Amino acid sequence: MFMKTLAIAALAGLMAVGSAAAADKIRIGTEGAYPPFNQMDEKGNVVGFDIDIAKALCAEMKADCTIVTQDWDGIIPALMAKKFDAIIASMSITEERQKAVAFTDPYYSNKLQFIAPKTSNFDPAKLKGKALGAQRATIAGSWLEKNVKDADIKLYDTQENAYLDLSSGRLDAILADKFVNWDWLESDAGKNFEFKGQPVFDDDKIGIALRKGDDKLRLRLNEALKAIIANGTYKKINEKYFPFDIY
Amino acid sequence: MSFDLSVILSYFPTLLLGAWLTVKLVIFSSIAGVCLAFPLGLGRSSPRLAVKALPWLFIFFFRGTPLLVQLFLVYYGLAQFDFVRTSILWPILRDPYWCALITMALNTGAYIAEILRGAIQAVPRGEIEAGISVGMSKSLVLRRIVLPRAIRIALPAYSNEVILMLKCSALASTITLLELTGTARTIIAKTYMPVEIFLVTGVFYLVISYCLVKIFQAAEWRLNRHRRANG
Amino acid sequence: MASDMNLHGFGPQLLAGAIVTLQLAMAALCVGLVLGILGALSKSSSVTPLRMLGNGYTTIIRGIPELLVVLVVYFGSSGALTAIAALFGHDAFVELDPFTAGTLALGLTFGAYATEVFRGALLTIPAGHIEAAQSLGLGRWRIFLRVILPQLWRIALPGLGNLFLVLLKDTSLISVIGLDELMRKSQIGTGFSKEPFTFFGVAALIYLGMTVITNGILILMERHANRGYRRAGT
Repeated sequence: MFMKTLAIAALAGLMAVGSAAAADKIRIGTEGAYPPFNQMDEKGNVVGFDIDIAKALCAEMKADCTIVTQDWDGIIPALMAKKFDAIIASMSITEERQKAVAFTDPYYSNKLQFIAPKTSNFDPAKLKGKALGAQRATIAGSWLEKNVKDADIKLYDTQENAYLDLSSGRLDAILADKFVNWDWLESDAGKNFEFKGQPVFDDDKIGIALRKGDDKLRLRLNEALKAIIANGTYKKINEKYFPFDIY
Repeated sequence: MSFDLSVILSYFPTLLLGAWLTVKLVIFSSIAGVCLAFPLGLGRSSPRLAVKALPWLFIFFFRGTPLLVQLFLVYYGLAQFDFVRTSILWPILRDPYWCALITMALNTGAYIAEILRGAIQAVPRGEIEAGISVGMSKSLVLRRIVLPRAIRIALPAYSNEVILMLKCSALASTITLLELTGTARTIIAKTYMPVEIFLVTGVFYLVISYCLVKIFQAAEWRLNRHRRANG
Repeated sequence: MASDMNLHGFGPQLLAGAIVTLQLAMAALCVGLVLGILGALSKSSSVTPLRMLGNGYTTIIRGIPELLVVLVVYFGSSGALTAIAALFGHDAFVELDPFTAGTLALGLTFGAYATEVFRGALLTIPAGHIEAAQSLGLGRWRIFLRVILPQLWRIALPGLGNLFLVLLKDTSLISVIGLDELMRKSQIGTGFSKEPFTFFGVAALIYLGMTVITNGILILMERHANRGYRRAGT
């Protein structure tokens, strides 16, 4: 008798929790280790281009958004496990990822480009035997694994760890998103480094990842994105971080 | 949660390579740890403060902090300093394999030193006194009576420590080393099939630890053959 | 070196991380103690399936790296739990945040080793005590609470204390799945300041401090548990 009551109470509790989710709350997942798109400030808050875009979209959709950080390796599994409803973490739209998740329209474009010490004569055409770094589970990491056969490829948990190793000389070069590299080159730590050669991959689009079948949210986000581009909010956010247009 | 066996089979050779690196890490760090532990353990058991202090501090630090912190200190922390990057040690410290090996050896060395110290103190006083009464010098007593006895006493605890090292080796994946866990994480990043890949990885570890346990059981059997009941 | 120890204002963040570390350790301890006792009881049980369950649990968990347990619990369980919730006909999101996943993983590991500690302690309790209690008419639950548990606690305490120290250090592994405990805060600080040695060094010192304090508390607890027992050899 007691156990039955307990079971009913538990079920009721679960249902209450579930129905609360129906209110217009959207949880957004991001990484927090990818400056200047998403990073932590010294108070522990997540800030960056992705965060500003997320907040602008939510304001446009008049939805109540919370931002959740998640390490990069687990970000798609977490989306699928419904830990959050959308990923705004500079995620590239790739065929492989589209097998697992759905994407909105792109919110910026990206290229992959190598950076290396200014004093080195690193050449993207001559990669044999070099130590190359990239973040694991990114298109830079996949590009290296697919296209480079006889170099020492190192994959890192976070982009920041990769930069640490480039600074210390363990890596000859890093392949990463052009704007992330650009931001690092502008910082104190990156002042002795520069882009090498042309971008090796040009046609990368960055979108917001959603669970497959979550079409309602996808359409709302697409509408909101069109709106903030039209009304100049996007341009303002763009200018805050980059002196060039990244759409 | 579909069980895609074909994916697992195609990545099997890659995992095997990772397992081989794991085994190398465990074997070499355990051997290096033992070599480190002897002077450390002996120094630690000395009654003189000047001899005891440094080993004590070393053991205190390496047993009191997580291996992950030690790994990051050695790999990322040391690389921060110019004098390290321009020293002759840099070619070694540059390589994550050596950083992992060195850190694991230092870590296990501290633990084995404590095991050794306990074992040395557990050697029956009577055997030591017997040695002295026969006229053996202190160093001869150490070499012929204390140490062999201590090793026999320490063996079960040492075998535990080696198994622990096997599990600690998984942490090397955080400094880009592609041992078993690192290989698994890289495969999962490509295939989005965490459960299946981790399952296989777990089996690999269980097999390796089983082999290690068997090796140590054989060693204990051999070392204690004088105590076995005869026919 | 002291002048280099500028934490760039990140000090409070590190302390916040240390607090999360302690919270995680305590939560995992609770889970682990319960699992340990259950495991010891099931391994000493006369019911074969129960015994096999206990053996399987300890053999598997003790044979694979803690990091792997953490990763499996994190990646695997949210899928399983969501499926279970779906059984209730319910599209609920079953939150397995890093803290819960970490507590579960560390608790599982602690429990597997604690099972052995408790099992060894159980064996030292003289059968005579239990028989005496039974002859007095005490029920099984009463016997467990009043006769077995107090003695179990005293014998198991040193072993459990060691396991707790290991647990404290293993909390650093949960940084790998994104929990903002001490290790992760140090990494964030490093990303911020580009000074890994400073931040990881300070983190190491904080862990050392926690170890020393825990050791002190354990010594006091052992002394309290052993009150009334004369030491051998006096």
